[in-house]
Amino acid sequence: MNHPHTDTGPRSTAELAPEPAVRVQDLTKEYPGGIQALDKVTFDMPKGELTSIIGPSGCGKTTTLKIIAGLIEPSAGEVMVYGKAVRGPGPERAFVFQEFALLPWATVLRNVAFGLELRGVGKKEREDMAREYIVKMNLAGFEDAYPHQLSGGMRQRVGLARAMAVDADILLMDEPFASVDEQIRRKFQEDLLHLLSVEKKSVVFVTHSIEEAVYVSDQIVILTRGPAHVSKVVRPGIDRSGDSQEIRRSPGYLDSVENIWDELREYLEE
Amino acid sequence: MTLLGRRIPMAFSLAIWCLVWEVIGRMEVISLIPPFTEVLRALFVVTPSQDFKTAATITFQAFAIGMGLGLVVGIVMGILMGRIRAFGELMGMWVNIFESSPLTAIVPALMAILGFGLPTMIVTVFLFSVWVIALDTQVGVERVNPSLIEMGRSFGANNRILFTRIVFFAALPELLAGIRLGLIRGLKGVIIGQLLIAVVGVGYLFELYSRNFLMPEFWALLIVIFGFAFIASEIVGYFERKVSFYAKSR
Amino acid sequence: MSARPRLLSWTLRIASIVFVFALWEWAGRIPVSIAFPTFTAAMSAFREMILDGTFASAYAETIGPLLVGVLLTALGGMLAGLVMGLSPKAEWLGLPLFIVLQASPSAAIIPLITFIYGIGFAAKVFAVVLLSAPVIVLNSYRGIHNTPRSLLEMSEAFLANRRQRIWKIVLPAASGLIFAGLRLGIAQGFTGAVLAELIITPTGVGDLITFYRSGADYDYMFASIFSIVLFASVSLSLLQKLEQRIFRPEMRPT
Repeated sequence: MNHPHTDTGPRSTAELAPEPAVRVQDLTKEYPGGIQALDKVTFDMPKGELTSIIGPSGCGKTTTLKIIAGLIEPSAGEVMVYGKAVRGPGPERAFVFQEFALLPWATVLRNVAFGLELRGVGKKEREDMAREYIVKMNLAGFEDAYPHQLSGGMRQRVGLARAMAVDADILLMDEPFASVDEQIRRKFQEDLLHLLSVEKKSVVFVTHSIEEAVYVSDQIVILTRGPAHVSKVVRPGIDRSGDSQEIRRSPGYLDSVENIWDELREYLEE
Repeated sequence: MTLLGRRIPMAFSLAIWCLVWEVIGRMEVISLIPPFTEVLRALFVVTPSQDFKTAATITFQAFAIGMGLGLVVGIVMGILMGRIRAFGELMGMWVNIFESSPLTAIVPALMAILGFGLPTMIVTVFLFSVWVIALDTQVGVERVNPSLIEMGRSFGANNRILFTRIVFFAALPELLAGIRLGLIRGLKGVIIGQLLIAVVGVGYLFELYSRNFLMPEFWALLIVIFGFAFIASEIVGYFERKVSFYAKSR
Repeated sequence: MSARPRLLSWTLRIASIVFVFALWEWAGRIPVSIAFPTFTAAMSAFREMILDGTFASAYAETIGPLLVGVLLTALGGMLAGLVMGLSPKAEWLGLPLFIVLQASPSAAIIPLITFIYGIGFAAKVFAVVLLSAPVIVLNSYRGIHNTPRSLLEMSEAFLANRRQRIWKIVLPAASGLIFAGLRLGIAQGFTGAVLAELIITPTGVGDLITFYRSGADYDYMFASIFSIVLFASVSLSLLQKLEQRIFRPEMRPT
């Protein structure tokens, strides 16, 4: 990469050697009634990396993510996934919802296998696959439990397992830990990093927590207050080989948090 | 539903149904259904008639008195059921039984005891409306957020202030829903009561029109009653919508 | 609930039943009206009518049309609710009609039924359909219309097709409300059947009530009324228990 630590503004296409997993180009969204949520949002998301979208609340982070997912149509601009324009949801992308969106009448097993069920995978096969991710997400023993019997943290692990089970290359996570206790949240972030180091996925991660964004991301896209456009793209470049306590105390981590906070602060005032 | 880019209010679809009615009436497939326009014409014959005025007066009288009783008793009962656990459990069973049972079957007994006049109709309206009012009031009072009551107490509110300033308003969405359902049931009660008594009020008119096969008049009367029911429930519905903004965020 | 409060609440209930029946007995003894029998008199009439099969044959005549009517309405009503819940056009056209019917005393139409359906089985079925349709249609519609957005979005993100969305998300999510609508429809159906029997077709339980009233056999009249209220509330509360067991509230979407 040409810009090792911080990378200002939208980059020109020529600079990027490998094809990005997701390219967001001049995304504009206007809701009926004239409320403009996004204004020419542009960024690339490199393959195999975790990109966070961060910004003041209500700025259009989730809208951006849902447009990438193909759940919302943009008013202008487009999203390319592996060079192909997005026309709707696709099998190469899987979504993790902020409020989990689990079927309350289905067991953990069926919920985790639900994405495969919708794709017409046979019962035996999809349940085997689901069990694998249930174990990976530390949910073993809860296969037959219902969502209402689980804590918020466990429910989100079901949501994550469901997204992993469909084996999509790109995970789209909408504030996945926002409805989870702070203590569990940290554990979760570590688990996520561990999982990603094994599974090799590209992830877009929406969050409103600067610390979370810096801790988990390879690249952070900072959006301005609505109508949102990209204020800055930051690459924290944190060495994640050490233990998590050390990382959270390292100067690189703390500087990145401070820089992003400075960047965001101007949008919070007025 | 939109037409040429404009939203058409839902109520306009009723006009389409009236048109369908007109067409069916004109085709004369069922002798019971005269064209809608003929029914409208009959509306101007029925409503100014002395028969209608007498019937409407007694019906409205029965409805108003029965509803008044139903409201007072229902609301008081509901509040007590919501605030006093034992009373709620004690009455809950009876209220549930009468709320869902075919009270129509009781009307003949009322006729035997109270005669064929106003008292029977009043008691019918009361019995039809009171249970749902009590039930919804109870739900409303029970759903009052305990932290609101604690807030009131911490600012030194006594029971009376707590009740008139906090509990009443917090329970208002359900209370109004109960009143609206009570009104609808009360009106059904007065009509069913009169149909069974068959010698007074609009029940008598229905009987008269159907026996003499005056179909336009029959349907015109029905439209008047449907219209009254709809307007009455919409008036309460209007207030209900006014408070609905806080029904979800208490 | 622990054992003690449950025991307490049952004691309270039984006490209140005893109290109400005692009040009835006392009012009958005054008597408040010559047409108001004592509780014991009504109960002995009740017993007699059970033993000599009067109730059995009367209920056989009442329940047939009730079940047929509710079944027909359930099929048609759920379909109508489904279509209205899924298609905005059908919603626009149908919803106001059912809202008006729900709010109106449509029982007034019952006297007209005889002109078309006579005074037989079909007339009663029609009365049941007339009263039970609005609540069944509207409940199905509401259940389907209010499918949580998050679940719909989830199914879309995981590539559900229309069929899968309806069968795996919309219908399971709405099933609780649909069933509740059927229960309320049956409650309305009871009213419809009894009303038809009282006004147009002198058969079944309604006829028992009319018959004993005209003969001034008030014990028997009250026993008949008691039986229908008891029958309706027992069957409806059993349905409610079943509903809570199958469609457990914690497994419903909120």
